[in-house]
Amino acid sequence: MQAGTEGALAPLTAGKGSRGQKRRRLSIRSMNVLLGWLLPVALLAVWQGAGMMGMLNATLLPTPGVIVEEFVSLTASGELLRHLEVSTWRALLGFLLGGGLGLAAGLWVGFSYKIERLLDPSLQMLRTLPHLAVAPLFILWFGFDETSKILLIAKGAFFPLYVNTFLGIRSVDGKLFDVARVLQFNRWQLITKLILPASLPNILLGLRLSIGVAWLGLVVAEMMGSSEGIGFLINDARYLSITSLVFVGIILFALIGKLTDSLVKLLERRLLRWQEGYQGGDNR
Amino acid sequence: MAADMLVVQELNKTFSTPSGTVIALDRIGLQVKQGELITIIGPSGCGKSTLLKIVAGLDTDYEGSVRLNGKQIDGPSIEKGFIFQEPRLFPWLTVEKNIAGNLSLKKPDIREKVTELIELVRLTGFEKAYPRELSGGMAQRVAIARALLRNPDVLLLDEPFGALDAFTRSHMQEVLLDIWQKNRTTMLFVTHDLDEAVFLGNRVVMMNPRPGHIRKVLTIDLPYPRKRASQSFQELRHHVLKEFEKVEEPAIDHGAGI
Repeated sequence: MQAGTEGALAPLTAGKGSRGQKRRRLSIRSMNVLLGWLLPVALLAVWQGAGMMGMLNATLLPTPGVIVEEFVSLTASGELLRHLEVSTWRALLGFLLGGGLGLAAGLWVGFSYKIERLLDPSLQMLRTLPHLAVAPLFILWFGFDETSKILLIAKGAFFPLYVNTFLGIRSVDGKLFDVARVLQFNRWQLITKLILPASLPNILLGLRLSIGVAWLGLVVAEMMGSSEGIGFLINDARYLSITSLVFVGIILFALIGKLTDSLVKLLERRLLRWQEGYQGGDNR
Repeated sequence: MAADMLVVQELNKTFSTPSGTVIALDRIGLQVKQGELITIIGPSGCGKSTLLKIVAGLDTDYEGSVRLNGKQIDGPSIEKGFIFQEPRLFPWLTVEKNIAGNLSLKKPDIREKVTELIELVRLTGFEKAYPRELSGGMAQRVAIARALLRNPDVLLLDEPFGALDAFTRSHMQEVLLDIWQKNRTTMLFVTHDLDEAVFLGNRVVMMNPRPGHIRKVLTIDLPYPRKRASQSFQELRHHVLKEFEKVEEPAIDHGAGI
């Protein structure tokens, strides 16, 4: 009770914050980080314990310790890095191609009602096609080599950026357009000084989703038929029933996904400093 | 005596609604001299904001003559600065960049004028602040500085302080008078606040609704700074209030739209 009142009053009484207060805020922040780790760590502990007590079938569910061993030996041999490199390259190319086109199409369609009427219905139809449904066609057309994989990834990465860019442009506050008229922005200034910055939050969201989808597309592409890459690693391990290797692949995907997501979030925080947002009521 | 800078003659404006045509402005005539501060007051629906938007060039669908420096107004331009009811700042730009807008702060003359204007609207120290960090009054002062940077021939203000609390509002009125006395910018100030109209205006233009028409133009001869508590201020205020009541009554008699 005492601490609660003090905490609530603190921002009023000391604007810049005393040293003690700063330390406390820091510890609150690290508390919040720890909070995020609580669940996974507990789960791992239970998992490892159960495995060691022989409660789990080692083939179906190897313990975290075994998975880590597999990870270490694979990394040491350099095999993991080789697969990772191939996968990253594919995802990157696919993302750049699809995301780039998605951004361009979103801008184009966003700026013109006529283009919207022309393109959007068809694009929305294509958007609903699942990867697995079009994958056979892509293989038929482009063979098993890199082209079909990159195009499949690009197809996935296209839509989040397209949809969100389009949405961002169309939701620019009309009142600000009046301001731009009064200040006599020319067409170029209207785009670069009003429309793009105003739709940036949506574009960045699209970017995040696109990168995520690019990784998803990668797995499908690599599992379809490939001799390298993380997706291949998982598929191959499944055939050979090396479950720990499957786990290594999955964890790798999770780590990379989280890493790229964090990078975009960092970019967001830098570019969208001007934005105020709801951080959650108990974010203290 | 200076020549008329802004001349409005026989201005008519009608709106088409599903239930028929509504006359928004009916034969408006108004002459404004260089450096005058005109306040326009009237109940809602009297067309005062519509009149301002036409002068701004934001609404070009009208009949009659609206001339600024002898030129018919046919669209927005930087000669006509406009302050909206809300500040309408670009949230992604800092105070100084908002004021600069599409002009470059890298140009020394722009940079210098922006600095001057920030001082004029009393925002020194907030150059790098984002709009979300500003109070309503501060944000509106940024909007005023943004308009002034373009050296407008006339500054049009559409109930700019309407959303502010009473203390902030009276402070803003003083800031605006200060600007007017330093720059002698011609201003057209729309308000629904009687005190504000009398406190600021060289002349008070009173409009009545349905159809929007200028009922009376009152010259306020009090010297600045005006004291709200003084007897002469109160008398003038009372005078406007009485006119106002006369304006209100016919509308009620006709029972139109109430």
